[in-house]
Amino acid sequence: MTFLVTFILICITGVLIIPFLKVKMKGIIVLAAIVMNALISGYLAVQSLTGQMISYSIPGSAITGMIPIRIDALSGWFILIINFVFISGGWYGLFYMNAYKEKRGKISLHAIAVLLLHAAIVSLTAIQNSIAFLVAWEVMMFSAFIAVTFEHEKEVTLKAGINYLIQSHICVVLMVTGFLWVSNKTGSYDFQAITAFSSSQAGSGALFLFMIFFIGFAFKAGFVPFHTWLPYAHPAAPAHISGIMSGILIKCGIYGILRMILLIKADYTAIGYIILTFSVISGLYGVMLAIVQHDLKKLLAYHSVENIGIIGMGIGIGCIGLGTGNLVIASLGFAGALLHTLNHALFKSLLFYTAGMVYQATHTLNIEHLGGLIKKMPQTALLFLIAAVAISGIPPFNGFISEFIIYTGLYQWLQNASLSSLIFILFLILGLVLIGGLALLCFTKAFGIVFLGNPRQELHHEVKEGPFLQLLPLYVIAFFILIIGLVPQLFIKMLEGPVSLFTDRLGVTNAQFPVEAFAALTPISIAVWGFILLALIIFSIRKWVLNHRKIAIGTTWGCGYMSPTAKLQYTAGSFVRSYVKLNKPTLLFFKHEKEMIGLFPGESHYESHAYDKLEKWLIDKPIKVFKSFLKRFLFLQNGSLQYYILYGVLYIIGVIFIPMIFDTISLFIDFLKRL
Amino acid sequence: MLSFILILLAALFFTGVINRTKSILSGRKGPGIFQPIKDIIRLFKKGMVYSNTTSLIFQLAPTIYFSSVIMAMLVVPFGQSKGFISFHGDFIFFAYILALGKFFSIIAAMDTGSSFEGMGASREALYSMFAEPAFFILLGSMALLTGQTSFQEIFATLHLGSPISYALAVLAAFVLGMIMMIENSRMPIDDPKTHLELTMIHEVMILDNSGFDLGLILSAGLLKFSIYGALIVNLFIGMFPYEYTIPMFFAIQVLAAVITGTIESFMARFRMSHNAQFIFALTSVSLLIFFGVLMLLGKFI
Repeated sequence: MTFLVTFILICITGVLIIPFLKVKMKGIIVLAAIVMNALISGYLAVQSLTGQMISYSIPGSAITGMIPIRIDALSGWFILIINFVFISGGWYGLFYMNAYKEKRGKISLHAIAVLLLHAAIVSLTAIQNSIAFLVAWEVMMFSAFIAVTFEHEKEVTLKAGINYLIQSHICVVLMVTGFLWVSNKTGSYDFQAITAFSSSQAGSGALFLFMIFFIGFAFKAGFVPFHTWLPYAHPAAPAHISGIMSGILIKCGIYGILRMILLIKADYTAIGYIILTFSVISGLYGVMLAIVQHDLKKLLAYHSVENIGIIGMGIGIGCIGLGTGNLVIASLGFAGALLHTLNHALFKSLLFYTAGMVYQATHTLNIEHLGGLIKKMPQTALLFLIAAVAISGIPPFNGFISEFIIYTGLYQWLQNASLSSLIFILFLILGLVLIGGLALLCFTKAFGIVFLGNPRQELHHEVKEGPFLQLLPLYVIAFFILIIGLVPQLFIKMLEGPVSLFTDRLGVTNAQFPVEAFAALTPISIAVWGFILLALIIFSIRKWVLNHRKIAIGTTWGCGYMSPTAKLQYTAGSFVRSYVKLNKPTLLFFKHEKEMIGLFPGESHYESHAYDKLEKWLIDKPIKVFKSFLKRFLFLQNGSLQYYILYGVLYIIGVIFIPMIFDTISLFIDFLKRL
Repeated sequence: MLSFILILLAALFFTGVINRTKSILSGRKGPGIFQPIKDIIRLFKKGMVYSNTTSLIFQLAPTIYFSSVIMAMLVVPFGQSKGFISFHGDFIFFAYILALGKFFSIIAAMDTGSSFEGMGASREALYSMFAEPAFFILLGSMALLTGQTSFQEIFATLHLGSPISYALAVLAAFVLGMIMMIENSRMPIDDPKTHLELTMIHEVMILDNSGFDLGLILSAGLLKFSIYGALIVNLFIGMFPYEYTIPMFFAIQVLAAVITGTIESFMARFRMSHNAQFIFALTSVSLLIFFGVLMLLGKFI
């Protein structure tokens, strides 16, 4: 209990003193508060991961009833991820915000928002009372909104923030519906009432309840087609917030879905198929759109959609395992999903932080304007490269491990599946393989264009590497990316707790964690070590050989053309051109061009922007229709005061007379009846 | 262990046999079958020229590419003898470690800042992406048929199945053969001998590599040929004793090389703009195998 009180006290003190501090101190205090809160919650989380369930009960108000705080292994796993990303992001943010240090007021607000965001997300994973959960959810959303709209004087940023706020509230509407339905039937706001309610419902009722929550949380997580807020909000935010949003905030949706799977007793096979369908579409659609983006942060944002899809595939496979009563498939699925949650938090936050470094050095995120940064910013380039290889799911890094576990789950399921599910699995394998291949295409493009070659545009200021202290948290993240790739067994051991929470649903007595299902990880880690050793040996042989050879420097081969300019380089657009041509039906481009006409053509230009086809059909079109409907009532708001007074008078008359008329009519009816 | 030595040996002559076949079919005497190896040894002895645009990536990439191919080679089994590394799902590792090499060779090409090499890099990224589903579905079908998920177990069990499984093995050999062509950028996907930068894929990516690095890349290419050849061989040898399988291994490798050479002599390269569709169509052959497996298992009723 003292833990909870300290946790809340730290938040309150932080919020109260931040406005009165110097700019530099604000950041440090926020970071200190986050670290303290992280220590408290992390201590509880580690305990819960070792198998202890920690539960407290806070006496709430008359409305909420008792507020139970339960930290089980699932919460513990998420709390650890949250704390890690927040501490690294906070540290990085200290330096990132240096550029804005003259804006005191804004920084205070931002610092408070970050502190509250951390506290809210951590408490979300522990609170098990619907109303308190919704309150924490709102705190999270509003503080995230404030953090995102740091540069609110830019119209794009504000628009992105409001877009995020509205779409997040659709998710709240769905959650409220679900929670009210349950509490209406059971009279309790405790999460355990959901279990009781769903087990009393036969079949479709529980599934329907799950679907309400799933779509609600899918908005948060960014599953296609609920993802449209994501590619706006991520680029608009400052880099550390983008990293936190992509690493943590959208994972709240994943946490919610996982929690609901634990709580709702429904037909797990059906749930599995639903989640898998959404996931494979999200994965493919996300990466397909990511490839055509020219804004580095927007590209990364679409990759978040893709990775949510991969995590979802893990969850779906896990559910299928639960539904078919197969312990191995269930464990592989959930372990893959949970590990990929951690992995994505690591490499995506690293990618966003390095993108932030690029932005601060060059003041642009347009890939087409960049190039050759590896010479000016070698450390940033190296970190970006590590994260890029990891996100493409390639060994020796962590992305491969979680994707491998998900693949193993799929191939295990393949062995004992019926005909219809076999075809389904085929599409899943096809999807996962294509996601991997497309991610490779996308990140070779991103890394190759931004960091390699020659600068594509002259920059009017010096480009230099950030300070070492700013890069420090990035190195720590990179270290973990490598460690998970090198010794995955350690992390699988930590996953035993959360995964067995799910496999306990199977109702198998003495269901041991199927260690043999993960046996392949040991030879993988040996192979990966071997690979690194091999590469080092060959590289040193090469180095030794080259010491005795003549090395010359020349220009790049250009078919004999000796003075190539930077404009001759391949651009991001041309790199993906053949892909774009193949994928024309799924992509949407807006082009602005002025063609060259005549023998002596004047000025001409060509510009193309990729746009989201689903956004056009699901967001833009309905809004347009809605607007044109509302336009019919525009005459009411005509701006003349007399009319407004008239409306007021009409309203008052209505309020007075309608009940009177109603009374008269009912009297008259009574009279008729008496006749 | 055995597979490692055999693949190394096969790599020595594979490309040489292709070249020899081509020269004989075009009425030339042609170089000896060990000429490619001699060329590589010569390259290892040479100095190097770097472009002033390149960075560390360019120097690192050939090493990583070569190591990744060696790692992939360690996974491949030979009959009942396992590869150095063998575990459930090792074919996933096989495909992904090769992808690591590809990733680095692509960004190394981008590192030179040349438009030609960028073109090659773009094509390589796209084509290798489309080739991968065919491989995974093929191995998925094999896994379904045999109930196993590692290379060695799949190949060993495949042999114990009904004779019809050999019919599927022929189709699988076709798919693997085509993937071999794609991975090595040979006809009909790519023509390594056009010597026109605009129409090449793999060759154009390594325009700026020289000396030791080029030697590494070329030897990785030789190894890749015999790795896929070894996979094809594995489809057929199963549990036969070594005194039959080892000669069979070399026979099939030589046959594959001769077929490749013959195809290159009599066929033109596909249109570059249709290559991607063609490669993706390979997936449909894999699907055919998959449905064949379903029929064998009696899942279609």
